[in-house]
Amino acid sequence: MKKPELEVKNDMQNEELEVDTRVFVRRKKGLKRLNPSDVIFVVINTLILSFAVAVTLYPILNTLAVSFNDGLDALRGGIYLLPRKLSFKNYETVFNMNNLLTGARNSVLRTVIASVLHLSVTALLAYVLSVKEFVFRKHVSLFYVLTMYVNAGLIPIFLLFRELGLTNTFAVYIIPGMVAAFNLLVLRTYMSSLPDSLRESAQIDGANHLTIFWKIYAPICKPVFATIALFIAVFHWSSWFDNMIYNPRNRELTTLQYELMKLLSSVTSQTSSGSAYGKSTQSVAITPTSIRAAATIVTSMPIVVLYPFLQRYFITGLTIGGVKE
Amino acid sequence: MTDKDKEKDNRTPEEKKTAEELAVEMKVASIKRRQLAYSSDSSSGNPEKTKEELAARLSWKEKRKLKAERLAEPKVELNRRTLRRQKELLLITIPFVLYGFIFYYLPLGGWIMAFQDYEPKDGLLGSEFVGLDVFRYIFGEESFLYAFRNTLAMGVINLVLSFVFAIGFALLLNEVRLRGPKKFAQTVSYLPHFLSWIIVVGIVRDMLSMDHGIVNDLLVRFDILDKPMNFFSKPDLFWWIVGFSNVWKETGWNSIIYLAAITAINPEMYEAAALDGAGRFGKMWHVTLPGIKPTIFILLMINIGNVLNVGFEIQYLLTNAMIKKVSETIDIWVLYWGIGQGDFSVGTAAGIFKSVVSIILIYLANSAAKATGEERLF
Repeated sequence: MKKPELEVKNDMQNEELEVDTRVFVRRKKGLKRLNPSDVIFVVINTLILSFAVAVTLYPILNTLAVSFNDGLDALRGGIYLLPRKLSFKNYETVFNMNNLLTGARNSVLRTVIASVLHLSVTALLAYVLSVKEFVFRKHVSLFYVLTMYVNAGLIPIFLLFRELGLTNTFAVYIIPGMVAAFNLLVLRTYMSSLPDSLRESAQIDGANHLTIFWKIYAPICKPVFATIALFIAVFHWSSWFDNMIYNPRNRELTTLQYELMKLLSSVTSQTSSGSAYGKSTQSVAITPTSIRAAATIVTSMPIVVLYPFLQRYFITGLTIGGVKE
Repeated sequence: MTDKDKEKDNRTPEEKKTAEELAVEMKVASIKRRQLAYSSDSSSGNPEKTKEELAARLSWKEKRKLKAERLAEPKVELNRRTLRRQKELLLITIPFVLYGFIFYYLPLGGWIMAFQDYEPKDGLLGSEFVGLDVFRYIFGEESFLYAFRNTLAMGVINLVLSFVFAIGFALLLNEVRLRGPKKFAQTVSYLPHFLSWIIVVGIVRDMLSMDHGIVNDLLVRFDILDKPMNFFSKPDLFWWIVGFSNVWKETGWNSIIYLAAITAINPEMYEAAALDGAGRFGKMWHVTLPGIKPTIFILLMINIGNVLNVGFEIQYLLTNAMIKKVSETIDIWVLYWGIGQGDFSVGTAAGIFKSVVSIILIYLANSAAKATGEERLF
């Protein structure tokens, strides 16, 4: 029921943009009438934005170039946007590092499990809190909103997790943070904006709340679900702190970012020879810098590849999230 | 005067009457609705017909009132019948309350440690209470005071830079009329948000590196520096490196919300401004910027409460022995003393201090907003 409305929304956006271009065309015709100060403004604006885009893009492209360049050759410097001496050795090495592979497996696992689990659980609670006649609606909302402001701090949480036996387990990546207040508010705001009659008519037909949530609300909420899932996935893909605090020594539970961090700090103390990289150091074409560049690209790849497809979703989500509550 | 009073007197009973009537009508309606709910529970009767009947009996005024009532919070009494009827919702809620209690509220009990000389073998109940000694100790500790100063300084720098850049970027991007370039700039600007701090720190190090980092390359080429400079050995620069790394990573992302707010500005405002002779810059400055002022204030409010939360990952990853005095934040300090040295009392006390300062900051920001009549958080 909501879906067509969303389509309409998209159409509206397109229409807006079309209007925009029409204005532009009209402007173009009347270009002579343009104020000289406006021309200066447009020129300066274009320059500033081009600079911003260049500054944003350059470091990423540069890392990409270095990662495809021969390691020793890269040390001479002067590599900017394109590799000088093409080599796939860096990637070969990265894909042969066992700890990185274990880390990648754990990172993928935790990202997938957490996105699905956290999203469904948070959405269920959001649904319950969007039922306007629920007696404890306000109390439970407040109960979770307060968690945004009151934080016990690292040490008590650390001790609690140790008491609960969460340290040194994979569960410590999944169980904490299952219901984040901010995500809950975004989902609840979205669900509250849906007409009550949607739920009421289903109730009249004898559906219970779980069915209504799953069969009616979930399909309608797909866009906002995608947004929240993206937030959760990015958070889990990027996090390394829990790994360092709760599972520092267990090699089987390492994550990709944590491995990358160790790689980074080993590069800082470059003097301690390249022997950390095992066999591969014998083939001289590899340096810590180029390895790191390749690992960086590999680590950021999944998100960068997925993100253009998800872009239209997170804008909706952020806009809803901006509603004050 | 008397006439007016008369009029008033004349009107009041009439109004009273209608109000009374309305109240009765609404009571009837609510009873009907309850009946409706019951009949639906037992899935008997024809609810739609009852609904129609009900609708036909109510005048438009009453209907509007009913609608307003429905849009507002429906009043539900807490009694046994409601509880029974909402059993399913309650059952779903219980695990969430338990979860929230265990993972968000139970750790607060650990705050007791800050007032104890906590010994793991004695536990929370067996450890000796020492009053405020732990707090006295951390405030006497020079490294903690440095950490607090650094956290506050970096928090404020980050806050100011991220606001200025995000708002500026949104304003300028909004002025781009060509659809393709606009979309491209937007897409590029969001990208760094999705990179982890680990990656960003690696990139920052590369860019500022002494051997062939682009920044040093350019500075030397344009004769601003004689020879490459080691950016990470200069305590004065560290806060700004953190600030601008943050700008690089989050500007595009933060601008999304402002761009959304800009689309809500009434186009007539721009036409009016054009009639008054405003150019492109004038419109941006006098229409767009004031138009997003409420959004700016709300976000400012939220972020002021978060000032002390800004710094942890990047400082931890970028620091070195030369600049430790300016890079250590409260979180790193807690990590070092609490987890590293195993002094849980000290770590907890520092954490409490941070929470309390954050709450005070939110409260102050909110009061200031109230005083100036701006939007408020609560």
